[in-house]
Amino acid sequence: MLYNLIVVQPNGYGQMASQRLDATFIALADPTRRAILARLSRGEASVTELAKPFAISQAAVSKHLKLLERAGLVAVGHDAQRRPRRLEPQPLAEASAFLERYRELWEQNYQRLDALLEELQRLQPADSDQPAPAPRKKPGRKNKE
Amino acid sequence: MSAMDSPRMALQLEVTTPSDTEILLTRSFKAPRQLVWDAHTRPELIRRWLTGPPGWTFTVCEVDLRVGGRLRFAWRSEQGEEMGLSGEFKEVDAPSHMVHSELFDVDWTGGEAIQITDFDEANGVTTMRQTMRYSSKDARDGAMHSGVDDGMEQCYRILDAVLAERL
Repeated sequence: MLYNLIVVQPNGYGQMASQRLDATFIALADPTRRAILARLSRGEASVTELAKPFAISQAAVSKHLKLLERAGLVAVGHDAQRRPRRLEPQPLAEASAFLERYRELWEQNYQRLDALLEELQRLQPADSDQPAPAPRKKPGRKNKE
Repeated sequence: MSAMDSPRMALQLEVTTPSDTEILLTRSFKAPRQLVWDAHTRPELIRRWLTGPPGWTFTVCEVDLRVGGRLRFAWRSEQGEEMGLSGEFKEVDAPSHMVHSELFDVDWTGGEAIQITDFDEANGVTTMRQTMRYSSKDARDGAMHSGVDDGMEQCYRILDAVLAERL
């Protein structure tokens, strides 16, 4: 069971941030675009240079670049002739922070479960595949929550 | 601990995508399987840990643990937002295996998702493998924002490279 992001997300992330994340993840969902980003992570490059390693037309690469630019992941450099593209790391940092937070939300549940399991085992010494004792209706003193 | 030798242990949650339509959560617990099973199937125990994100409280926790039985979970945020899901048990084989469907009240997964949960015990450590199978890749990606696939791994690597460069 994964939490419903539609409901949970607005708590930590404004609508704008959420839309930006969507744009980032859509941009990252394509292998060619990821390869372009990987190339740009090593330094800026012109469209021609970017197109070289791919078995696709320069026009197709330009299309991918447009999408990456709209997502804020790629910017156009100052050289008016070459118009080199460069990587904008901020949206990637936001995306990875979001995912880590998401995993942490779940990990927090499981840490609560760890504590509960420990408590149950104190009540009943480990004995595999025996039903747990009936838990108390109210949390006891030792219960941290 | 001998349990540390087990290669499948994951004392921190691991999230992977075994296929285009699935998310797999793997997590190990230092407890016997029966206890871990109970903590996943008995409402009075589920309520103690599946409490939702910070600021959310459990409002409904109903589990009719038998094939064809229903389950219903709901939470409420401090701001009064509601989040609920319902489902039905398809397979129940205590304390090792269960399959149930689930559907959020606000359907964000393109229809029902199927959740397959297996518990294995070795050396006093129980490892849970929980597969969530969605109706399509889009639904799965929606659930995870495509977050855990190779693409994201690559995103991390790109990010690492960029950050390293700026240091």
